[in-house]
Amino acid sequence: MPDIILSMTGISKSFGGVKALRGVNLEVAHGEVHALIGENGAGKSTLMKILSGAIKADNGEMFLDGEPYRPRDPLQARQTGISMVYQELNLAMHLTVEENLMLGIEKSQFGLIRRNMYRDRIREALDTLQHPDLTPNARVMDLSPAARQLVEIARGLITDTKVYVLDEPTSSLSKMDTEHLFGVINTLKSRNVSIIYISHFLEEIKYVADRFTVLRDGETVGHGDVRDTTTEKIIELMVGRPLTDMFPRIPHEIGEELISVSNISSKPLPEQVTFTVRRGEILGIAGLVGAGRTETLRILYGLNELSSGEIKISGYSGITGKITPPVMIGRKVAYLSEDRKNEGLALECTIAVNITLSSLKKHGTWGFVSDRTLNETSHRWVDTLAIKVDSVTNKVESLSGGNQQKVALARLLEEEADVFLLDEPTRGVDVGSKVEIFRLIGELASQGKALIIVSSYLPELLGICDTIAVMHRGILGSKQPVEQWDEFSIMNEATSGIEGTV
Amino acid sequence: MNDGNAKSGVVNVKIRKLFSIIGPFLGLGMIILLFSVLEPEKFPTFFNFLTVANQTVIVALAAMGMTYIIISGGIDLSVGSLIALTTVVTALLVDHGVNPFIAAVGGVLASTLCGVVSGWLIGYMKIIPFIATLGMMGIARGVSKWMAGQQKVDAPMTWLWELMSRSPSLKWMIVSPGVWIMIVSAVIVTVMLKYSLFGRYTFAIGSNESTARLCGIHVERMKFFIYSFGGFMTGIAGVMQFSRLTVGDPTVAVGRELDVIAAVVIGGGSLSGGEGSILGTLIGAFIMAFLRNGCNMTGIPNYVQEIIIGIIIIGAVAIDKLRHNKAT
Repeated sequence: MPDIILSMTGISKSFGGVKALRGVNLEVAHGEVHALIGENGAGKSTLMKILSGAIKADNGEMFLDGEPYRPRDPLQARQTGISMVYQELNLAMHLTVEENLMLGIEKSQFGLIRRNMYRDRIREALDTLQHPDLTPNARVMDLSPAARQLVEIARGLITDTKVYVLDEPTSSLSKMDTEHLFGVINTLKSRNVSIIYISHFLEEIKYVADRFTVLRDGETVGHGDVRDTTTEKIIELMVGRPLTDMFPRIPHEIGEELISVSNISSKPLPEQVTFTVRRGEILGIAGLVGAGRTETLRILYGLNELSSGEIKISGYSGITGKITPPVMIGRKVAYLSEDRKNEGLALECTIAVNITLSSLKKHGTWGFVSDRTLNETSHRWVDTLAIKVDSVTNKVESLSGGNQQKVALARLLEEEADVFLLDEPTRGVDVGSKVEIFRLIGELASQGKALIIVSSYLPELLGICDTIAVMHRGILGSKQPVEQWDEFSIMNEATSGIEGTV
Repeated sequence: MNDGNAKSGVVNVKIRKLFSIIGPFLGLGMIILLFSVLEPEKFPTFFNFLTVANQTVIVALAAMGMTYIIISGGIDLSVGSLIALTTVVTALLVDHGVNPFIAAVGGVLASTLCGVVSGWLIGYMKIIPFIATLGMMGIARGVSKWMAGQQKVDAPMTWLWELMSRSPSLKWMIVSPGVWIMIVSAVIVTVMLKYSLFGRYTFAIGSNESTARLCGIHVERMKFFIYSFGGFMTGIAGVMQFSRLTVGDPTVAVGRELDVIAAVVIGGGSLSGGEGSILGTLIGAFIMAFLRNGCNMTGIPNYVQEIIIGIIIIGAVAIDKLRHNKAT
C-alpha cells in the first residue's frame, strides 16, 4: 500500500436534477503522478472543483495528509496545499511574474506591499522551473503560453503545495515545451510533491504517470498502475462499451463537391489551409489545441478575417467583399461554436429564441415576427431531437449540457444549411447525448450535407468521419480516408507535422 | 421528488415573472396612495394627474429611445445636450420664418444626426458607448451654445407652443397634444420592441453579442440604427421641451439624461443588457414625476426629493438583483 497523501471517498454532487458525481473515489500517493482519465463530462472537472474548494460536495469525505480536509474556498485550499493549474490560466496579464506570484498572499505594512519578504522564494521557485523567459519583472502578457503555465506552477511552489492538479497541461504546448514540462514534473516528484494529471493524450499518460483513475458518467470505473495496463484497456474503461456502439454508422453516399477552400490564411492562424468536402462527406480536422483548427472554421463562417485565399461554395458565385456570418448563412453554411456558454448560446434567452435567432427573417412578415410561430418551430425541433425541456419559453441555462448542445444544433438545422462547421460538437455533453449527436451527424451526411468536424477527442473523429486531415501549427495536412489513420499516426502528425512541411 | 421540485420551480418562475411585471406598478400605486393620503385635497385630482402626465412627456419620450439602447447593453449620456440642441435648432428655424412643422422636423433631424454619429462611432468604430456619448454630450452642448450665440433664442409664437399646453385649444383632446404623442409613440415602440426583427435583434445583442454575431445579425449596423433611433426619440422630446419653454435654450436639460436612464432602470431595464420594457420605462418615468409633484405639493424640500429618488433608483436595482440571485 503506497503512502497516501490525498484521499477522496464517496464524493457525490448534483446540479439541479443532474447527478454529476455518484460516489467517486480517488487516492493519490506521496510523490506520484496520478492520471485522472475520463471523457468530457465524465465528472473530472467537477471532482477537481470540489478538491479546490470552488464547489462543495453533497456527500463524501476528503483527507489530506491524514487530516480531514474541507476547503471553504479556493484560497483556503491553496493555503492547505492544493494548487490548480487550469487550461484557462488564472493570471493577471498586465502584471509582472512577481506580482502574479504574490497575488492574494501579499504581506503589507501600512498598506504598502512588502516585496522583499517573498523575493528569495520567488527566485528559488523560478530557478526550479528553469525557463529562460521567466524573470520576476517580465510581464505575463509578453510570455509564451508555456511560460505562463509555469508561472501558475511557480505560484504553487511558493505556497508549499502538496498536490498539484494539472488540467490538460500540454494541450497548447509544442513538443519541446511539453518535454520541458515533463522535466519540471520529474523535479516536483523528486521533492515528494504529488500531481493529479488530467489529459486526453493517453500516450502522454503512459509516459509521465505512475497510476491512474478512470471516471465515467460520474463514477469511478477503474484504477491501477499505468505500467500494468494497456492503452486499449484504458479506452475501454473510459468509453464503457465497445467502440462500435458508441459511433452508430448511418450509411451515406458521397456526392459532388460542395465546398472548396484553397490556400486560406489569417493572422495569426492559420497559415495555410486547403481542402474540399463533398456532399455526404464527414471531414474531421484533428490537431492540438492552438493549432488553428477553430480559427479555420471561424474564417469559413466569416467570424475571423480572411487574409488570403479563396472559399468557394458550389452553386453560389464567388465571394467578393468582406466575408461575414450573414454572407455565409446566405450560402447555407452553419457554424457550431466550441464555446457554447459565451458564444454558442444566449444562455439567458429562451430556448425558442436560441433556436430561431439566426432564421428570424424567414419567419418574419414585413419585419415582424410572432411568438407563436417561433414557439411552434421550436417545438418541432425539440420533438425531433428529443430535447428534454418543460417548455420552449424556459431559459436555455436551465438545461443540461447535452440538451443545450442540441438546442445549438437545432438552430443550424433550422437554417437549413448545407455545410455544417461543427467545432467540438460533443464537448461537455453526456455519453447518451453524444451517441445521439453522432447519429444526427450521420443522418445529415445521408441527406447530402457536407460536414466539417473539429474535435480533440480522437476516437470520436476515427469513429464518425469519412476523411481526416491533421492540422499542425496553422498548416492543414492532406486529407486521407479514415481507414488510413489511427490514434498514433494522427498524434504523430499533430505533434510533429508531416516531414518536410515544417 | 425531483418532479415536485421542478414543478414548484416552474411556479416560482411564474410568480417571479408576474412580480417583475407588476413590481413597478405596485411602486407607482404606493406613491400615488401615499400622496393622496398626505394631500387629499389637491393631489388626487384629475387636473393634477394631467399636470403630471404633461411633466412626464419629455423624459418619457427620450426614455423610449434609451430603453432600446440599454436593452442592447449600451448607454447614451448625450440626451440632455440633444434636447437643448433640438430647442435651439427649432427656435432658430422658426425665427427665420420657416414653417413651424418643418422647423420641428429640422430640430428632430439635428438630434437624429447626433444619434447617427454616436451610432457610427459605437457600431463601426467600436468606441464604447459611455465614451462616444460622453463626447457627444459635450459636442452637442457646445454646438447648441455656438448656434444660439450663448443666449436664449426667441421665436415668434406658433402652434408649436400648443404641443405642451395643459388646456389645448381643441377641447376634445382633453390632454395636451404632447401627452397624445407620448401615448401613440409608446404603443408604436412597444410593438416594435416586441414583434419586429429590430426589437428582437436589440434584445439578442444585449443578451449576448457574440451569439448575435454568430447568428448572422449585423451587430455593427444594428448598433448604428439603435443609437440613431435614440437620437430621433430624443429629438421629439426636444421639440416638446421647446414647446414648454417657447424659446430655444442651449443651457436647458443639463443632466436630464440621468433622469432618462433612471426611468429605464426603475422600470426594470438592466444596464448589462438584454432586459427592459417600454411599459416599465413609462412607469419609471411616472414614478419620478409623481414623486416630484407630490413632494412639491406637500412642501417637502427639493433636497429631500433628490434623496428619495436616489434611494428609489438603488432600491429598484437592488430588488431586481435579489430576484435574479434567487433565480439561479
